[in-house]
Amino acid sequence: MMLLVLLLTPLVAAVVLAFVGDRKLAPEVNIAGSAATFIAGTGLALQVYENGAMMAGGKFFFVDAFNVYLAVLTSFVSMTTAIFSKRYMRRERQHGRVGHLGMRFYHAMFQLFIFAMLLCLLTNNIGVLWIAMELATLSTVLLVSLYRTPTAIEAAWKYFILCGVGIAQALFGTVLLYFAAEKVLGEGGDALLWTNLSQVSDKLEPTVLSLAFVFLMVGYGTKVGLVPLHNWLPDAHSEGPTPISAVLSGLLLNIALYALVRCKVLVDGSTQTHRAGDIMMGFGILSILVAAFSLLRQKDIKRMFSYSSIEHMGIATFAFGLGGPIATFGALLHMLVHSLTKSSIFFTVGHASQMHRTQEMDRIKGLIKGNPLVGWGLMFGVMAIMGMPPFGVFTSEFLILTATMKDAPLMTPFLLLGLGVAFAALLRKVQNMVSGEIPPYQKPLKAAHVPVLLHMAIVLFIGIHLPDFLNRWFKTAVELLK
Amino acid sequence: MNIQTASQINGFLAAFVLLTAFGMLAQKRIYSLIHLFTWQGLFLSINTAIVGYVANKHHLYISSILTLSLKVFLLPYILHALIVRLNIRKEVETVVNIPATMLIGIALVIFSYHLTAPVTELSTLITRSTIAVALATVMIGLLMMITRRHAVTQIIGFLAMENGLFFAATSATYGMPLVVELGVALDVLIAAFIFGIFFFHIHTTFDSLDVEQMARLKEEDYTE
Amino acid sequence: MNGIIVETLQIAILIGIAPAFTGWVRMLKCWMQGRTSAGMFQPYRDLAKLFSKDIVLAHNASWIFRFTPYLCFGTVVLAGGIVPMLSTDLPLALTADVIVLVGLFAIARFFTALSGMDIGTAFGGMGSSREMMVASLAEPAMLMAIFTVSLLCKSTSLSRIAEVIYTAGFVAKPSLAFAFIAFILIALAENGRIPVDNPATHLELTMIHEAMILEYSGRHLALIEWAGMMKLFLFIALSSTLFYPFGIAGTDNPAGVPVAAVALILKLFISGVVLVVIETGLAKMRLFRLTEFLGAAFLMATLGMLSFFILE
Repeated sequence: MMLLVLLLTPLVAAVVLAFVGDRKLAPEVNIAGSAATFIAGTGLALQVYENGAMMAGGKFFFVDAFNVYLAVLTSFVSMTTAIFSKRYMRRERQHGRVGHLGMRFYHAMFQLFIFAMLLCLLTNNIGVLWIAMELATLSTVLLVSLYRTPTAIEAAWKYFILCGVGIAQALFGTVLLYFAAEKVLGEGGDALLWTNLSQVSDKLEPTVLSLAFVFLMVGYGTKVGLVPLHNWLPDAHSEGPTPISAVLSGLLLNIALYALVRCKVLVDGSTQTHRAGDIMMGFGILSILVAAFSLLRQKDIKRMFSYSSIEHMGIATFAFGLGGPIATFGALLHMLVHSLTKSSIFFTVGHASQMHRTQEMDRIKGLIKGNPLVGWGLMFGVMAIMGMPPFGVFTSEFLILTATMKDAPLMTPFLLLGLGVAFAALLRKVQNMVSGEIPPYQKPLKAAHVPVLLHMAIVLFIGIHLPDFLNRWFKTAVELLK
Repeated sequence: MNIQTASQINGFLAAFVLLTAFGMLAQKRIYSLIHLFTWQGLFLSINTAIVGYVANKHHLYISSILTLSLKVFLLPYILHALIVRLNIRKEVETVVNIPATMLIGIALVIFSYHLTAPVTELSTLITRSTIAVALATVMIGLLMMITRRHAVTQIIGFLAMENGLFFAATSATYGMPLVVELGVALDVLIAAFIFGIFFFHIHTTFDSLDVEQMARLKEEDYTE
Repeated sequence: MNGIIVETLQIAILIGIAPAFTGWVRMLKCWMQGRTSAGMFQPYRDLAKLFSKDIVLAHNASWIFRFTPYLCFGTVVLAGGIVPMLSTDLPLALTADVIVLVGLFAIARFFTALSGMDIGTAFGGMGSSREMMVASLAEPAMLMAIFTVSLLCKSTSLSRIAEVIYTAGFVAKPSLAFAFIAFILIALAENGRIPVDNPATHLELTMIHEAMILEYSGRHLALIEWAGMMKLFLFIALSSTLFYPFGIAGTDNPAGVPVAAVALILKLFISGVVLVVIETGLAKMRLFRLTEFLGAAFLMATLGMLSFFILE
């Protein structure tokens, strides 16, 4: 029941917002819809927390510790983003970057996007998982090109084409998976249900599943933004409106990784080897290194943080590939804290670029003096994302590093190199932006402080003391992914 | 119709699908490209209906009708309407080095054959031999998207890939469950509207649908 | 013994009927284009006229120039002994397979190209270079198409191929269909028909085959023209052997030869109609587009071979 509410709320909100359009109360409706989604998500999480994994809608939906925590995270970040976007988008509207129709479109698509992501998480059918993933892409494509500038259109086109190509590979992988499943489970929709598949995964044909995994890896890997399939990501994340950047970086990448991990569990069960994990580790470490070095040469602030997202998704993919309780625990935690930190960074970045009317880092200066919340928010956000204690990212990266030293010691230097380079690159650039005097072209601005403070507080809290319920949750999820 | 004939017809339609895929790879005229795409959809639709009849899988009839209405009528109509509206009906794309592309295409067919060999071996369906063709169609669609520089052509390549995927589902497993087939069709439909909007955006912004002009987003070296 | 009689009969038919077939094609073309035709037997009269004329020989012509007409004629006649038209019981077909056949055509073409350059006129050299360009693209495609059929029949012997396909009856196979389309395209190119070359023109810019043999006259020219007619005839016979050998007499069935002869004539009539429809419907291509045309033929042949492996 709660599940249905959780799914339907964003869908209804999308329809309502499509009718509300560019009226004055549209942002409030958007916030209300997201808040309702968040409440439903929390309710569902409480249910799962007390009663364990459950199915709904005649096996069509499935909730366990792994996806429910991502569902809560998704609904939470979408709520804070909705709060942030109220001020941000109003300002963009005043600047004339978005029109009347654009605003209507923006709100409706935002909610549809949330719906697609939640459907992705909660469905039990891996075919529907694919469909929802594609829907999530499609609903954001036109949001990326919202400003209609040549670069925005180019970015959106790239996003559309490359993700379309990538996700097509994933569908082929799904077909192969169904082919193997059909032999064991018989025909019909039941053979695509994850709960059924995971029970019989040791009976699935290993050769077919290995082949399927290659396609799934390429397909969902494109959406995770793993190198060398990442070309679209920096463009799409930097050219769209900042709230969209925040949810793309903070949420959509997580969802794609979630899909990949779900498939990996099946493949591991079938092949009984570590091959799928090895592939993921390879993609992961490559993403970390390439993204870290790319960070050094960025000029555009949003582009830089997009690369940082690639790096962190690389870390999580690497950790999932590594397997084992500690690494998986670390990866789950990393997905959570990265999502919170990165969306908070994008909130501050959005304000910063609005204050200077540019995304070029060279022209952004004196943020702390100009607007302490934005300045310090960005500073602390970046410190958190770099993995400085006492923030949550430190905890997760520390766990992953420990596991790497134990299980794959040869990988440790590469991992450390990537983290080190990223650290140096980010620190230098951010220092230049937050410190110094206020440049003459900087315009004062009233920032949305609730989302930033909320996110940073949670990340800090997790870093200092991991709450007991989260701990138990992750442990259950780790058990599931073994 | 006995199984023998059905399997023969299936083989023929697979060959035609592959042929249209190669045709699209070489076709320069956008107008003819849409025709080829329509034909491919028609072959797929007939094939699905025949497989559904022989294998006695009635949900394949629905997929077949879905393909017919979507890939043979609706999408070509939308594309056609778009190119008329954008006045690019007679546009001829400059395609470089068709023979080389063709050779790569042939290599892709061989590659797909090797890749799907284990799957074909395990399958017991009469359509098992067409799995390789299906993957090859996907790959050729991909190749088309890489080698072409026109927005409409890229989209047709994208749709051809989707055709290949649908074909793969039909030949490997007698189609995916109906929920999935319907969902995929819905996604394609949404994608169609989105690229329709896109064509207008690109056309008004760049004054042409040549995506070569879209090269502003590049990595620049950071100079201090 | 039977075999040798059939062999001789085949060669006689080839030499005797080939001009009539060419006449039939020309006549049909005239009808299609609303012209009055000179009748089906005009090629015989042309040949007779050429034979009665003296040869005009350039004073710098070498032995190659004089030797080529006889060689062309000879190779085509020899090829006529390999391709089963009436019966599969051919003694020569046992010793020479389809690769030899392609080789025979290649020898004839090689010498024609040499003789085109022999005199040293501009047109001859141009024709030779163009002919070799067409050949270099058409030959691999032709081999590919023929190999597809050979793979299917597990033999490169033309007699064997005809037997296998004949006994299998009408079995629709994608590989055969592709190979057949490829073969038609190649046959058009090899025989210098529209859209590759126009056999009826002497326009400098476009001609290929005619440019090569521009310096020939009298008996030499007659032999070369005759060889060309036989080559066209042979390609029809070859396609019939490879793809629709209906009516052909088997090894143990010498009585089937008359039926086979009737079937052959019927096939020739129909092929002539098809050829004329193609030639009237299409325009000659620019030379630069020939690569695309022959590339398509090669692609078809390769697809045929691939679909043999994948689909059958």
